[in-house]
Amino acid sequence: MLGQIFQITLLNLRNLPSRLGSSSVIVVGIGGVVTVLVAILAMAAGFSETLNRAGAPDRAIVLRGGSSSAELSSTIDLQRSQYVATLDGVRLASGELYTVADIPKRATLLPSNVVIRGVEQSAFEVRPELRIIEGRNFTPGRNELIAGRGASAQFLGIDLGATVELRQSDWTVVGIFESGGSAYESELWADLATAQSAFRRFSLISSMRVLLEEPGAIESVRGDFENNPAVDLSITSEEEFFRSQSEFLTTLITGFGYGVALIMAVGAMFAALNTMYAAVSTRTVEIATLRALGFGSAPVVISVLVESVALALIGGLLGAAVAWFGFNGYTVSTLNQGSFSQVAFDFAVGPDILITGIVWALTLGLAGGLFPALQAARLPITRALRGD
Amino acid sequence: MNSFSLIWSNLFRRRVRTFLTLFSIIAAFLLFGLLRSVADAFDSGVEVAGVDRLTVSPKYSIIDGLPVSHMSQILATPGVAGVTHSTWFGGTYQSTANFFPKFPVEPRAYFEMFDEYIIDPAQLDEFERIRTAAVAPADLAEEYGWQVGDRIPIEGDIWLREDGSRRWEFELVGTYRIRDDENMFAGFLFNYDYFDEARIPETEGIISNFSVRVSDPDEAAEVSALIDAQFENSINPTRTATEAEANRQFAAQVGDIGLIMNSILSAVFFTILLLTGNTMAQALRERVPELAVLKTLGFTDRRVALLVLLESVLLCGIGGALGIALATLVLGAIAPDLAAFLGQVEMSAMTTFGGLGIAVLLGIVVGLNPALSARRLQVVEALRR
Repeated sequence: MLGQIFQITLLNLRNLPSRLGSSSVIVVGIGGVVTVLVAILAMAAGFSETLNRAGAPDRAIVLRGGSSSAELSSTIDLQRSQYVATLDGVRLASGELYTVADIPKRATLLPSNVVIRGVEQSAFEVRPELRIIEGRNFTPGRNELIAGRGASAQFLGIDLGATVELRQSDWTVVGIFESGGSAYESELWADLATAQSAFRRFSLISSMRVLLEEPGAIESVRGDFENNPAVDLSITSEEEFFRSQSEFLTTLITGFGYGVALIMAVGAMFAALNTMYAAVSTRTVEIATLRALGFGSAPVVISVLVESVALALIGGLLGAAVAWFGFNGYTVSTLNQGSFSQVAFDFAVGPDILITGIVWALTLGLAGGLFPALQAARLPITRALRGD
Repeated sequence: MNSFSLIWSNLFRRRVRTFLTLFSIIAAFLLFGLLRSVADAFDSGVEVAGVDRLTVSPKYSIIDGLPVSHMSQILATPGVAGVTHSTWFGGTYQSTANFFPKFPVEPRAYFEMFDEYIIDPAQLDEFERIRTAAVAPADLAEEYGWQVGDRIPIEGDIWLREDGSRRWEFELVGTYRIRDDENMFAGFLFNYDYFDEARIPETEGIISNFSVRVSDPDEAAEVSALIDAQFENSINPTRTATEAEANRQFAAQVGDIGLIMNSILSAVFFTILLLTGNTMAQALRERVPELAVLKTLGFTDRRVALLVLLESVLLCGIGGALGIALATLVLGAIAPDLAAFLGQVEMSAMTTFGGLGIAVLLGIVVGLNPALSARRLQVVEALRR
C-alpha cells in the first residue's frame, strides 16, 4: 500500500510540469492569501512590539489623576514632583515635559504630531537601554535636541546637524538615539528647563517616570497616593501603560487582517478546487488505468491530496517569502490614539506569523484537494477507460 | 437559438467549473466592496466638508488651543461671512470604550455654520437657553439609549472644573441629524458659555479651532492667508486651511489607508485575473471543435470571437454583481460595529458602479485572448483535431 501511494504520488508530481498553467492558479492564489495575511499581521505585531518594548517591569508612570492614559493632558507641579521622589519604593524619579509639535512626514509632507520630551539627566538613568548612536547628547541650557531613530527616519528635517523650528524657536539636532526599537525612538528629547521656557510651561512637568526598588513597590506608591487624595496623582506600571495604548489598534488591525484573508481564502479555495477537478479530469484515463492494474483507491486519493497540498505549500512559502522580503523591517508611522502622537514602527514578520501563514496555506491546499481526490477515487473504471 | 442562450448554455456546460470560478469572483468583489467602503469612510471627512468653510487651527499643534478673543479679528477680515468655534473636550462617558467626540460650542452659531446638521428649532432654543444643555447626534443617543431630559455625566480629563472635580453633567435637550451623509466628526455638543465659566480660571477663553464661512469659496486661499497674517506675530499664531484640507491632514496622521486598501485589492485582483483567465482558456481549448462547427455553419469569425468574449464578460459580470450585492448585505450587518471608530460605513454609488465596471473590464481582459484565438481558428485544422 505504501509502495503504491509512493509510486502514484511520484508519477503525479512528475507530470505536474505539464499542467503548469493550471497548477500556478493554486500557487498564486494561496500565495496571495498568505502574503496579505502575513503582511497585515506583521503590521499589528510591529506596532504592539514597538509600544511594549518601551515598558520595563520596574518602571512606572506617574500622571495627574484622571489622565491615567495620556501624558499629554497631565500636569504636575514642582511640589508634587518633589513629593513623589521621596516616596518609599521609588529609587529614582524623572520629571518630564511632554508636548507635541507638527512636523511634516517625509512620505506625505503633511504635518503630524511628534512628541517632544523635555528631560533631565535622570531620564537617561531611568532608561538605561537608551543610547546615542550618532552625534552627542544635548547640552543643558541650549536649544539642542536629540532625535530617536524612528523620528529621524519618518519626519522631514530631523537630520543630524539640521536646525528645526519647533513652536517659534529653533532647535539643532545634535544626536540620534536608539532604545531597543521602542516607541521612545519616535520622540525628540531636549533639556527640560530649556523646553519649559521655550514652550512657556514654566516649572510645570507632564509626567514622571519612576524607577522602582522592585516591581512590587508600585503597590506601596499607589497606596500613598490613595491615602493622600489631595495630590490627585495616579501610578501605572510602564508595561501596563503601553499595553493599553497598543491594545485597540492591534486588535483592530489583527481582526481586519484575518477578515480580509478569510474572504481571500474562500476565493483561493474555490480556485484550488477548480484546478484540482481539472487535474483529475485530464488524468481520468490514467487514473482508471492504474485502478485497472490493481492500484487501490486510497493511493489515488492520497496522490491527489499530496499534489494539492504540495502546490499549496509552494504558494504558502512564496507568499511568506514575498511578505518577508517585501515588508519585514518596513518602517511606517501612525497616530497612536493613546498618546495622540506619531509612533514609527517596523513591520515584524516573526516566526509565529510565518507559521500561521503556512498553516493557512496547508489547510487551503487540503480543502481544495479533498473533493477532487474523492471524485478521482470514485471514478467508474470501465467508463473512465473509455474516456467518457 | 439566439446568441444569448448559446452563450448561456456554454457557460453552464461545465457546471462545477463555472460555479467555482463564479465563487472566486464573488469573493474578490465582496472584498472590493468592503475595502473600498472602509477606505471611503476614512476619507469621509474630506467629502462632507463644506466648500465655503475654513478651519483656523493653532499653527504649531492642535493641542495648543487658541484664545477665543481671536474671533472678532477673524470676523473683521475681508471675505469672512461668519465665524464660530469649537473645543476638543476629550473626556469619557462611563468607560473609555465609549468613544465619541464632545465639543463645547456656541449653540446657534454652530448650527448656522454647519447647516448640514439639522435640529428642531424648539430644541435649538432650549439648547441656547439652558446653561447645562447638550444635544447629541440622533444615532449616538439611540446607541446609548438617551432620552431628552436625561442627565449625562462625562468624566473630564483635559478640562477640570473650577472646584477641582472632573465630573461634568449635561442635560440632553435634543438630538440632531446630519443631512445626506453622516460623518465621524459629528459630536456630542454642549454650551460653551457654561463650559467656560465652570472650567478652572487659568484655562478660560481657550478654544481648539475656529470655523469660518467665506463669502466666496474661490477666494478661500486669499482669506486664509489674510487670517494667518494677522496673527503671525502674536503668541498664538494660526494656520488656516479649507475644511477639506484640514480634515485630510488629520486623517493622514493615521496613515495612508487608501494605499493599504488598494495594495490588498491589487493582490486580490491579480490572483482573480490569473485564475479566471486560466479557466476561460481551458474552457476554450475543450471547445475548439465546436467553434469550428459553428464557423462551418456560417458563423462569421467576428461572431464566434464575440461569443467567446461575451461568455467571459457575462461570467465576470454576474460574479461582480453578486459580490457587490453580498458586500452591501455584509456592510449592513457590520456597520453598527464599525460606527464607533469609522463613523457611518456604507456602500457608495461610486463603489457599486465602479465595481461593476471593473467586473466587465475583467471579463474583457480575461476573454480577449481566447476570443482572438477563436477568431483565428481555421475550420479545417480545428475539425481535424
